[in-house]
Amino acid sequence: MTLKDATAIVGIGRTPFARHLAEDERTLACRAVLAALDDAGIAPGEVDALASYTMEETDEVELAKAVGLGDLTFFSKAGYGGGGSCATVAHLAAAIASGQASVGVAWRSRKRGSGPRPWTNTTVQLPTPAQWTRPFGLLRPADEIAMLTRRYLHEYGATRDHLFNVALACRNRANQNPAAIMYDRPLTREMYMSSRWISEPLCLFDNCLETDGALACVLVSRERARDCPNTPVYVHSAAQGLPAQHHGMVNYWNDDPLTGPAWTAARHLWKHADFTPQDVDVAQIYDAFTSLVPLSLEGYGFCGRGEGGSFTEGGALEIGGRLPINTSGGGLSEAYVHGFNLIDEGVRQLRGTSTAQVPDATTCLVTAGEGVPTSALLLTNRS
Amino acid sequence: MLEPVKDTTGAPFWEYAARGELRVQACADCGELRFPPRPCCPHCQSFAEEWRPVSGRGRVWSYVVPHPPLLPDYAAQAPYNVVVVELEEAPRIRLVGNLVTVAGAPLNSLDPGRIRIGARVHVVFADGLPQWVLS
Repeated sequence: MTLKDATAIVGIGRTPFARHLAEDERTLACRAVLAALDDAGIAPGEVDALASYTMEETDEVELAKAVGLGDLTFFSKAGYGGGGSCATVAHLAAAIASGQASVGVAWRSRKRGSGPRPWTNTTVQLPTPAQWTRPFGLLRPADEIAMLTRRYLHEYGATRDHLFNVALACRNRANQNPAAIMYDRPLTREMYMSSRWISEPLCLFDNCLETDGALACVLVSRERARDCPNTPVYVHSAAQGLPAQHHGMVNYWNDDPLTGPAWTAARHLWKHADFTPQDVDVAQIYDAFTSLVPLSLEGYGFCGRGEGGSFTEGGALEIGGRLPINTSGGGLSEAYVHGFNLIDEGVRQLRGTSTAQVPDATTCLVTAGEGVPTSALLLTNRS
Repeated sequence: MLEPVKDTTGAPFWEYAARGELRVQACADCGELRFPPRPCCPHCQSFAEEWRPVSGRGRVWSYVVPHPPLLPDYAAQAPYNVVVVELEEAPRIRLVGNLVTVAGAPLNSLDPGRIRIGARVHVVFADGLPQWVLS
């Protein structure tokens, strides 16, 4: 049995994205799931598999009951926040390919824009591993990734201009996408370089948005996909990655902290693919922070170690460049919904319906959060 | 300020720190140091452990300077530094901490402009927490 092209994403759906949406997370989840099923032309009663994130607060029981799903024979949750996005699709693909289920829905609903701000109150609970970091004021994900970023810049001579190249590519694509939070907000180098610090060396524009919104997608078998109204987007390869001796996002205790989960996921991903990084037409790379992109470019094999910064030069990440990324604006400029918008944008690219379409795109890499245990997908429309 | 939320495995680190000693967990069979503390040795799978004193000398591996929004006690000191120190005798043992001017000084007591990756530092203690000063 092989996963390769055995299943396809045939439906995508989303709610509007905004800093504040009135509806609660469960309602947003229902809307996204129903929109994805409508897009797939599949009735809710046919769904027999669900997958989401461990941090998803809409319980699968409540979702299934609310939107009228059928009898479920498979449900799973993937851990580690933004590292779980692609794993939800991978779990459904495996379930369908192995006969555990026939119609799967993955989703993420999140109200980070209007939700609690844990870094401004004193009642936050410390998870036990935080005993080694948080008493010293290394409090937020931004601080933890800034620490890796400083070492990365030092080790390889990468610069803030390289991080700006990432922020700019995402913002330029958002400026083409009416659904993006930053649709009408162009970014300049001067704005970037003079913006306030969040955690030096990361500034405001190195950090993702805080967004309310929900997204979903629908998976079926390759055979079933032929009967659906949209171009099938095949799951060509899928992988999760939790490296040996990894430690959460505070990845300073590996022998080699600058080779993170992307390297582990990539080895499996490419081993089971018929194409190579050179054949990837467009990529949706998890961008909770700009510096995760050069790390991922290295991890997934688009360049050598330490070359992720220089890879971003000369418009390489823009439309028409070597590797257009995050063509809906990504987490930095479209919406931050734990990376699920990257999956749906990968599908739009391979349907030919992106607002920043890469001409004749046939292959797309989608990745989940780097720095945490992660996951990734290779998608293709080649039948 | 946040107190360390100790677990059984990590408690000895904090007990030694309260006595002004920096000790790191080591395998009592194969001798490999490990951090953060864990129940058994990832090299030889032994559950026998010991807590080995280390020199307290190290180098700055990386550092950040957080700015608000932060928890109130930290926001009051921002911008401050957080460093990762690699130990001189075991460079792959890296400890998160703060670089201060003298033991017990606030997190923002040292000008961040004076911090460099590779700078030599040594450990001091204040209120049961290890801190670091430039050597």
